[in-house]
Amino acid sequence: MADPEQAATVGTRRILIHPWVVRVTHWINALAMLMMVLSGWQIYNASPLFGFKFPKSLTLGGWLAGGLQWHFAAMWLLALNGIVYLLYGIFSRHFKSSFLPVTPKSVWSEFRNALRGRISHEIGVYNAVQRAAYIGVICVAIVLILSGLSIWKPVQFQELAALMGGYEGARLVHFFAMALLVLFVLVHVIMVALVPRTFMPMLTGHATKPSHEHGG
Amino acid sequence: MKDEMRRPDRSLVAPRREIVKLERRLFLKQGISLGALTLLSGCEITDTEAVQKVLWRMAQWNDRVQAALFDPNKLAPTYPESAITKPFPFNAFYSEAEAPRVDAANYKLELGGLVRDKAPWTLDKLYALPETSQITRHICVEGWSAIGKWSGVTFRTFLEQVGADLTAKYVGFKCADDYYSSIDMASALHPQTLLTFKFADQLLPAAYGFPMKLRVPTKLGFKNPKHIAAIFVTNDYPGGYWEDQGYNWFSGS
Repeated sequence: MADPEQAATVGTRRILIHPWVVRVTHWINALAMLMMVLSGWQIYNASPLFGFKFPKSLTLGGWLAGGLQWHFAAMWLLALNGIVYLLYGIFSRHFKSSFLPVTPKSVWSEFRNALRGRISHEIGVYNAVQRAAYIGVICVAIVLILSGLSIWKPVQFQELAALMGGYEGARLVHFFAMALLVLFVLVHVIMVALVPRTFMPMLTGHATKPSHEHGG
Repeated sequence: MKDEMRRPDRSLVAPRREIVKLERRLFLKQGISLGALTLLSGCEITDTEAVQKVLWRMAQWNDRVQAALFDPNKLAPTYPESAITKPFPFNAFYSEAEAPRVDAANYKLELGGLVRDKAPWTLDKLYALPETSQITRHICVEGWSAIGKWSGVTFRTFLEQVGADLTAKYVGFKCADDYYSSIDMASALHPQTLLTFKFADQLLPAAYGFPMKLRVPTKLGFKNPKHIAAIFVTNDYPGGYWEDQGYNWFSGS
């Protein structure tokens, strides 16, 4: 996207990193996901799939019925917000310009560099690992939603549920997709803590960078 | 299991709100620091009335969405005998030992509401109704599921036979264990909704709902009342034991 607010002070320029649609949907999504995950843990605790329960202090709703109410209310916020984000990403070419191209080779070499402490961070441009991670997490979110629909309506959406391995299969898929998503959020938050200058652009939209650099 | 679940003690909420109000008044008088106020008003977000109201509205919206999603011709998946869960889990708001022992000889099913023929039904008369069997998945609101075989009369056949108003909104159930629930008429008329008398080809044992259980494979387990003592047809929302405590009313699968 062209940036109307480019070029201000001498030697640096303000560039648009995150368009307002991305910023607004990002924070609504953060809130909706928090509600979905914490209420989801409450629901999980009523009939754990594995030999553990989530700590009660990390659950929402007080008991199962409350957790279900939160989950089935927040899902609308999550879904509507997600639809706005996806439509914007596709039609504004935001996805294409920010996440592509990405090749397995570039992801692998960037990943190895990152492990050696050489993270490439050009302001306003995602490196290959970031691109792969963002594409990946969008796919995980879609699986999370489809498996959730299969658990919610295993009769009405039985064709979808069959794709997930039936009702019980969908419960497992939903759990592991949640786990992947939570893992992504943890890494995402840690990365922001490690590179704090990436935080403000998600609020204000802008960052300043030396004018001799290219990108944006 | 449902009997393990506990409602939060709501009686503690109201007095706490009073305390918060009182503390706020003190704050205005004495000028306590802002930090103290945030501590005092830091009651759980889930307990605030505004949040509860939003959640309740969303639950009602979800009832309407589920009614719209419900396809009266879509059948729940059925399974082979080999898929049946053994032993089938007992499930109620009390322990298995506390399951009611209904006296078969004196039992009479009562009918009420928008029904033409309200004459009570003896078990012999009920057992004479045409029998169908199905093996379906029982899905509990808690998340677990189990496959079982139930046999009985198609509920639509029964409702037609007693002259129920099939245009009414709800069918309600009162049970011998003081449980109660209700379902929408569309689900009541679904071809797989059965008034069952047998589980696994045996007369329903007390634990599974003697003398009869409504089997609704298009709804969650708690919408499948056991030990049914009375059935009524109505246009006034009848609620239910768990529904009145917060579980979603429609709870369709």
